[in-house]
Amino acid sequence: MEHDNIYLTNLRDEKQNMWTGLANYFRKRSMWMLYYCTGCGAIELPPTMTSRYDMERLGMGPMATPRQADLLLITGYLSVKTLKRVIWSYEQMQEPKYVVGFGSCPINGGIYWDAYPVINHLEAFMPVDMSIAGCMPRPQAIIDAFEKLMDEIQQGKAVGYKRYRKHYDWYKRNQDLVLNRQSAVLTPYVDPFASMPTAAELMAQESEDSHV
Amino acid sequence: MNAHALTALKLTGIAFGAMSLGLLFMGLGRIVSARIQRRIGPPFYQSFIDVIKCFTKTSITHNFVMDLGIIMALGGLIATAFFVPFANFSVLGSSSVVIVLYLMSIGYLGMAMGVSASGNPNATIGISRALALMLGYKIPFVMVIMAMILTYNSSDLLTYALAQNHGFGSWHIFKYPLGFIAVEIAFQAMVGEKPYDHMIAPAEIASGPMVELSGKYLGIGFLLHAVQLYVETGLIVNLFLGGAQTWYIMMVKMFAVYFTTMCINAVMARYRIEQGIRHLWIWAGSFALLQLVYTRIWG
Ligand code: SF4
Repeated sequence: MEHDNIYLTNLRDEKQNMWTGLANYFRKRSMWMLYYCTGCGAIELPPTMTSRYDMERLGMGPMATPRQADLLLITGYLSVKTLKRVIWSYEQMQEPKYVVGFGSCPINGGIYWDAYPVINHLEAFMPVDMSIAGCMPRPQAIIDAFEKLMDEIQQGKAVGYKRYRKHYDWYKRNQDLVLNRQSAVLTPYVDPFASMPTAAELMAQESEDSHV
Repeated sequence: MNAHALTALKLTGIAFGAMSLGLLFMGLGRIVSARIQRRIGPPFYQSFIDVIKCFTKTSITHNFVMDLGIIMALGGLIATAFFVPFANFSVLGSSSVVIVLYLMSIGYLGMAMGVSASGNPNATIGISRALALMLGYKIPFVMVIMAMILTYNSSDLLTYALAQNHGFGSWHIFKYPLGFIAVEIAFQAMVGEKPYDHMIAPAEIASGPMVELSGKYLGIGFLLHAVQLYVETGLIVNLFLGGAQTWYIMMVKMFAVYFTTMCINAVMARYRIEQGIRHLWIWAGSFALLQLVYTRIWG
């Protein structure tokens, strides 16, 4: 498979005026999450929600359907079959919407990096606004990440949904690459997205083309 | 300013007041459940933030009927709020409990029409559960109201409230204790809190009627619930808790009713739908019937 020129133009800075600034305040203080309990990560959510760490303090709470949610949590490894459902759910959510990847699996495959049914880089398929490293991140780390995400929302930096709209062809191509795979994966698995730039390279890239 | 404009202004005030009071109660109710579960809970103004956020989001409509139904629901419930006396004050001069019950159903039917039009099967299940449950709680409720109508020869809420003005002992909660128990059970079902939250049941039918509501529609859904709380707690305060002379006493009494509901909600599990209706008919229904028979014979 050939993947030259895979890189992501990052759209980090939303042009903020007074109204979006105000709206962002309400958005960050009331994030309703849809948690897609795909992997081991889901088990860290109950302690985050209940009396010990109580995320409702931050105005966050679980929601039943994608239509109502603002925040999609990918809690762990994602198999190709699940990916399809995750994308459907993501596309049903209403803007503005944010995605948080839990653990190392959505970042780089984690311990499943060489497993053929599991995707390795979530951000190749959908825009990820925040990733939490760790296998598994503890509730403290999760709360920390949410607070960071709240900051980013306030500053107008968490605009993954705009990135998805702008670069839909790129995301769609990546999705099709694995979802429409016809041949069996028998040979040692080669990650088609291995040539993606690292996060650091992305950031460097981004500072060049910020203020799009 | 002529009289009509003044009335219109007052009515607008009541509409926004009802929404704000309901949202405030929802926020406080969340803190109550949080404290019972040994959590800190959100700030008390969380529901305002939630609603404003909902209105800043994009939203999907499925068809015209959905838009119409949701607006009809909000309109119906706000119209109901006009007829509920707040602190012995009723703008329209009339506050018949029959009108209140009638208009309240318009709100629910609007909601049913709107969300069924979205075509989601979960919404339809939620609505059918809500209507089944309505059959469960409306009958005991109406029986208690009939007992009061028999006593006073009037269906005016303000009359009931004023009749309870002679101190603590004249409250209907002491005059109609069985009726109060029946209405309190029915109230739990009316506001859809546990053990009668069949309609919403997030883990089972993905929040039922709300399943397809996104963004602004969900915001209106929240406002609906807020106005509903205002109407129903106001109804109970006027019927049983002696009405109120001042607005803050009224608010405290209304919150006391909601507080009880939230406490029960925090410690109960959900009944199954047929258990729920049976429970409502057997318990709330028999208390209400005893009250009615008692009032008819000795009242
Ligand atoms: S990062 Fe670790 S805990 Fe999370 S899904 Fe992967 S293997 Fe499981």
